[in-house]
Amino acid sequence: MNDIKALKSKEKKPFHLSDGTINILSSVISIIVGFIVGFIILIILELTKADSDISKSFSVMSDFVVYAFKDSGFFIKIFYNSAPLLLTGLSVGFAFKAGLFNIGATGQYMIGAYFAVVAAILWSFPWWAAMFVAMIGGAIWGFIPGYFKAKFNINEVITTIMLNWAALSLVNLLLLNMPAIKTLPPYNRTDPIGYHNPSGLIPDFGLKEILGTQYINISIFIAIFIAIIIYIILEKTIFGYEVKACGYNKNASVYAGIKAKKTIILTMIIAGGLSGIAGGIYYLAGTAQFAVQDKLPIMGFNGIPVALLANSNPLGIIASSIFIGYLQVGGQAFEGVYSSEMTNVILAIIIYFSAFTLIVSQMIRNIIKKKHRGNKTGSNDKGIIDKKLEPNNNPPDKKQKKGSQENKMEVSK
Amino acid sequence: MEDYIIEMNGIRKEFPGVVANDNVTIKLKRGEIHALLGENGAGKSTLMSVLFGLYRPEAGEIRKNGKVVNITNPNDANDLGIGMVHQHFKLVEVFTVLENIILGAEPTKYGFLSTKETREKVLELSEKFNLKVDVDAKIEDISVGMQQRVEILKMLYRENEILIFDEPTAVLTPQEIDELMKIMKDLIKEGKSILFISHKLNEIMSVCDRVSVLRKGKYIGTVDVDKTNIDELSEMMVGRKVDSVKVTPKKKVGKTILSVRNLVVPSKLHKNNAVNNVSFDVHEGEILCIAGIEGNGQTELVYGITGLEKITSGNLILNGEDISKIDIRKRNMMGMSHIPEDRHKHGLVLDFNLANNLILKKYFQEEYQQHGFIKKDQVYKHSDKLIEEYDIRSGRGSQTIVRSMSGGNQQKAIIAREIDCESSVLIAVQPTRGLDVGAIENIHKMIIQQRDMNKAILLISLELDEVMDISDRILVMYNGKIVAELNPKKTSPQEIGLYMVGSKIQDKFIEKEVKKDE
Repeated sequence: MNDIKALKSKEKKPFHLSDGTINILSSVISIIVGFIVGFIILIILELTKADSDISKSFSVMSDFVVYAFKDSGFFIKIFYNSAPLLLTGLSVGFAFKAGLFNIGATGQYMIGAYFAVVAAILWSFPWWAAMFVAMIGGAIWGFIPGYFKAKFNINEVITTIMLNWAALSLVNLLLLNMPAIKTLPPYNRTDPIGYHNPSGLIPDFGLKEILGTQYINISIFIAIFIAIIIYIILEKTIFGYEVKACGYNKNASVYAGIKAKKTIILTMIIAGGLSGIAGGIYYLAGTAQFAVQDKLPIMGFNGIPVALLANSNPLGIIASSIFIGYLQVGGQAFEGVYSSEMTNVILAIIIYFSAFTLIVSQMIRNIIKKKHRGNKTGSNDKGIIDKKLEPNNNPPDKKQKKGSQENKMEVSK
Repeated sequence: MEDYIIEMNGIRKEFPGVVANDNVTIKLKRGEIHALLGENGAGKSTLMSVLFGLYRPEAGEIRKNGKVVNITNPNDANDLGIGMVHQHFKLVEVFTVLENIILGAEPTKYGFLSTKETREKVLELSEKFNLKVDVDAKIEDISVGMQQRVEILKMLYRENEILIFDEPTAVLTPQEIDELMKIMKDLIKEGKSILFISHKLNEIMSVCDRVSVLRKGKYIGTVDVDKTNIDELSEMMVGRKVDSVKVTPKKKVGKTILSVRNLVVPSKLHKNNAVNNVSFDVHEGEILCIAGIEGNGQTELVYGITGLEKITSGNLILNGEDISKIDIRKRNMMGMSHIPEDRHKHGLVLDFNLANNLILKKYFQEEYQQHGFIKKDQVYKHSDKLIEEYDIRSGRGSQTIVRSMSGGNQQKAIIAREIDCESSVLIAVQPTRGLDVGAIENIHKMIIQQRDMNKAILLISLELDEVMDISDRILVMYNGKIVAELNPKKTSPQEIGLYMVGSKIQDKFIEKEVKKDE
């Protein structure tokens, strides 16, 4: 990134691409490559079947790409899926900024969901108050690993994983012992929130009727608003400065008088709170009912790729969560044709490849640089670079790596 | 034709925004110690990294024994018998000395690691070249001097014949430097050839055969050591005549700023206290220097004073107030500045840009924030001001990521930030570590200027030259205790050396001990 800038200032490049263009271009390329590889694997899997029919793979794959745009309901479902993803992504990303790996978004999400449901059904709280309660629940679940990390230096990865299971069991236990929120047969899941307390549902301003889908409400706007707030906290405030300083170099922060322990605890509280809201936002939409679970909900774990794809940048997380929401909706195209496991494999491959964005952007930069250098040698009479030694001129690996690191740093800005 | 073991012809290496090496040619004769001299950022380390295969040059060729060779990575260099001791050691902290030495060339038997023979070979080498190491100690637990000996053993174990030493003396005590010089001469006798990167002219004059000088990435020339002198070399290196800093001693010493009373700080390495019952005062307008061999409690003393480490007992009084128990931020606010020993670990957030690093101790102050929001304009204004004032050089000014800056400029940034705090006491720990003549001169001038502005300065240094040059008063620390108080005008490096190794203790410090025990 540096070299491009430096070169830019010296002389005009043979063909011009701004950093932003390169970043977008490389994202698009990586995603397309992901789709292609996913498709190839789909075909391979199809060929292993006894009654293989490749045309089926073709139609499903093309269906997958355009599925979300077939119907306004499907399109809206993208955002319905991405709102909680955005928040768990923020939760993981924010903790990353402080150098913490919050694998516990799932547990915090569950606790938040449970608190939200209880607040909305039992206590008849309005939706925003229920969401606040969800945030508190998640924050408590984030505080615990934060406290242990700060006070006893216990690795947060271990504590958050354990707390995921603790959350699962605790919520199941509480749910089984609370008949008051399961009054409708078959008594295995919480009642729809709207049945007891219509004000507990996230408002949709009548759009459900107009658009004819139950998946619409203002949750995506709430999530985007929160992402912007997190962005402002990180980039513009003293607290954000401290969080990032701790994340990059804890020793130097302590040296500068930053209370690193306090920062770690606060960061985990905020991360937990964000996951808690994610749980609230999903269940307060009124479409899903909370039931006794035997496995951890995937929503929290999906926050990890969302955050990683965006390099923990809160604004980038908006885009990456919508992207994954889109993939999830597209995944419905596989239904009835392929098993859900196959769907997950294809989705995983696409997400995996989209993480190569940085490498692709580095490749684009190198190509530009090479072209540029070729130009320069031609026009330079002094001929500092000996033509004979041209083969020696490959960009060194080491530098390439360094470049991509710098690039990462730029992106995270 | 001369017998050159390594020739680097017309090397050119560019980095974003700078040309680190511009058509540089150096030739190393078999069996000589060849110095590569140049200021910080002159391109010495880059050139050596090219030779070692860490960087690929944009132009130029490398020949070994007259034949062109292609070095694409350190393994190629190793196969050609080129070994390097880096300025910042490349050792795995949690591995033992032995494990580090064999790393990358692990001897195996039936796929299992077999270290028995290796151990013997390493012990033999360490005996032969007088490189004392504890082969089973972990790197994180041993001194910097020993870490360097491990690096040297690593090269010898690989039977390298061309040894590159990148600023090897920057981290050593005077005694260790003498020892290293002897080791280098022994190595030559064994048929090795050495490239010695340094900016310390004394060392070059005493040990090297020829010197090549680089300045700002350009090759200036090569001279025989016995046909030149220090003045000529320093002029070649800096491009102008250099005067060593002349200290005009300050006569009047003001009131006490910082007093340390019976300070005890625990050690992280062993059960004994690293700092044991130390007391001294630092006064307004004086440079008090604590000399001593590394690892005698200086680091912990500073940690205790600055609050990085909890003290076991004792009192710290700054400007009349007891600060022994208050937190780091309050100590800073009450007038304590600290140039830390390890600029990468404590001094800087390397992935922050320069502006954010320069504000590290001030970002929370009224001037730079409003309701918890950082005033970005003020931060950058502050940064631009300091960059200008202290001549901090970097590729993109305030926006430069500090990791990409040279060591000298990183240090300048820390010093600028600490002096800018306008504290009453400045604690400087090895502020010139690893820097070149020009930068050292600069930093010494700044420190003296601070003293003349009536600041109290506590300088912790391992370099006797520095101690003798700029201090007003010297305390020698040995084994966690102060063993001598000396006047630099009335003492000699040799005398300080005796106290440093613990073979002498001044009477008044012994008496104090006895009194305490009773």
